[in-house]
Amino acid sequence: MRRPIDLTSARPGVFAEKAFVWLCRLGAAIPLTMLAWLLYRVAAAGVHRLSWSFLTDPPSQLDASTAGLGPALLGTLWLIVLTATIALPIGIGAAIYLEEYSRRSKLAGVLELAIANLAGVPSIVYGMLGLGLFVHALAMGETVIAGALTLALLILPIIITSAREALRTVKDGLREAALGLGATRWQCTRQVVLPMALPGILTGAILAIARAIGETAPLVVVGAVAFILYGPDGVDAKYTALPMQIFQWTSNPKRAFLDNAAAGILVLMATLLVINGVAIWLRNRYQSRRS
Amino acid sequence: MRTITAWVSLLALAATTTACSKKQAAGGSVSIDGSSTVFLISAAAAERAKKEIGIDATVGSSGTGGGFKKFCAGDIDIAGASRPIKAAEADACKAKNIEWIELPVAYDGIALVVNTKNAFVDKLTVDELKKMWAPEAEGQVTKWSQIREGWPDQPLRLLGAGADSGTYDYFTAAIVGKEHSSRGDYRQSEDDNVLVQGVESDDNALGFFGFAYYAENKDKLKIVPIDDGKPDNGDGGITPSAETIAGGSYQPLSRPIFIYVSKGALAKAHVAKFVDFYLANATALSAKVGYVPLPAKVDELTKKRFADRKTGSVFAGGSKVGVTLEQLLASEGGS
Repeated sequence: MRRPIDLTSARPGVFAEKAFVWLCRLGAAIPLTMLAWLLYRVAAAGVHRLSWSFLTDPPSQLDASTAGLGPALLGTLWLIVLTATIALPIGIGAAIYLEEYSRRSKLAGVLELAIANLAGVPSIVYGMLGLGLFVHALAMGETVIAGALTLALLILPIIITSAREALRTVKDGLREAALGLGATRWQCTRQVVLPMALPGILTGAILAIARAIGETAPLVVVGAVAFILYGPDGVDAKYTALPMQIFQWTSNPKRAFLDNAAAGILVLMATLLVINGVAIWLRNRYQSRRS
Repeated sequence: MRTITAWVSLLALAATTTACSKKQAAGGSVSIDGSSTVFLISAAAAERAKKEIGIDATVGSSGTGGGFKKFCAGDIDIAGASRPIKAAEADACKAKNIEWIELPVAYDGIALVVNTKNAFVDKLTVDELKKMWAPEAEGQVTKWSQIREGWPDQPLRLLGAGADSGTYDYFTAAIVGKEHSSRGDYRQSEDDNVLVQGVESDDNALGFFGFAYYAENKDKLKIVPIDDGKPDNGDGGITPSAETIAGGSYQPLSRPIFIYVSKGALAKAHVAKFVDFYLANATALSAKVGYVPLPAKVDELTKKRFADRKTGSVFAGGSKVGVTLEQLLASEGGS
């Protein structure tokens, strides 16, 4: 027999509970305060540099006030699109295979372990891999496509893991019902499981891509250049990216360039915000369609 | 299929960015990489070259050593270097049949700075610096009082350029006496602005980095005059400045910085044109980005060296300390 819970009188655990709630509030407040402080510092230094020409103009080594991040912004857009095009089909495909087709095999166990380990490998190691494999062995040189392939490798484990989690949330009863009605594995996956799991898959995928945008270390290794006056004009073009440009400005001896770095950080954060916004929008859209 | 719609719109975005990107010049572009010190001048040269003679150039910043690796693999046309090429690097180039022309483009001084609150450091001698930075000092020399009698018993915290940089190589050659050898327990950063902040925020710090970074932060740092113990270039401690660096009296910590041009790449007309443009503007641009321009005589000898397409190094495989470029270039021209 369970005792009915008394909601009126004070209970012995009430202080502990209050303390816990405050601890949680503090936990939420610390990162928010830090973010607000960072945003304030960056905005104070950089906001006066923001303008349309800052977004489109080439960088300048001689005059901080006319320098822009056009090539870096274009380079980052190229990287995002290419990385997503490469990593999403492979990552989601791998997740579907592991979840829907080989769920209980030994191979799946080994793969699972390998993927979990890969997700923890530092990004610079992916840079080394990209340098050896794409830049040299496959002779792509220091091009956008080599950078995108490296970033794709970097985010694959994240995409696979999050897509598997999303597929796992689909009730087995639905699969059994579909298969019981005579659907093939493929029909079941394509028409029942995937639509149900799509919001989760997309959220994971977009968060993974957002991570790729902020990465600098692997790009330095696979040869994104520090100074270039034009954006990429093809997958085999030289390129730079937003984090590279920001880093370059922070290490310039002239202090005026630090303001440019701050403005660059604002642009990078805005880009991330847009991408996360799209993620939320997509998820809501699919969720409402499902219900 | 909404996902397909989403991807089509992303690809459309890619197409738009392609359309926006300016096409590379028909003749191809000049690829430069190497020292982050030389990067500042090379990027300035690339910017001007694009505007004035319509030649495109890309400039990387992967360090002197990293630049030579790419240069001797034939990946780039020009390598920036804040120290002369090493014997091992020259061998790597030779193995790939890459001949090169060594061209000084400016002078840079290595500045030693302390916190503005530090009242007792009036100057440092090379011997004192060696006591601090030698490999034996690791874990042993940790207090200012160990450097000179009468200095306070306070911790000595050292900061400096990372071991991959040409600045580190030159500093160790000049101070420790052996290139690329020093204690390891000091705070390293490839970003000199990080070192500036480090010295600014620590009363007991001593740091070394490029003179250009001191020049921009004079109000936040205290410069330390250096005494090399040899009276012939000026007695006592010498403070780095444009005059003392170019004139050779700030010894042993003023050094030339270079570009190395691949002779094979000069067969491409746009590379040769670019280097001509670079040399013609080197003195103006180096002053503009914060370095010390070459004296007229050295500038002239450098241009002549390029015009003659004279390959090889005047340094014979290592940093030479305390020799002026004019002597080196002139003696070679005579032979």
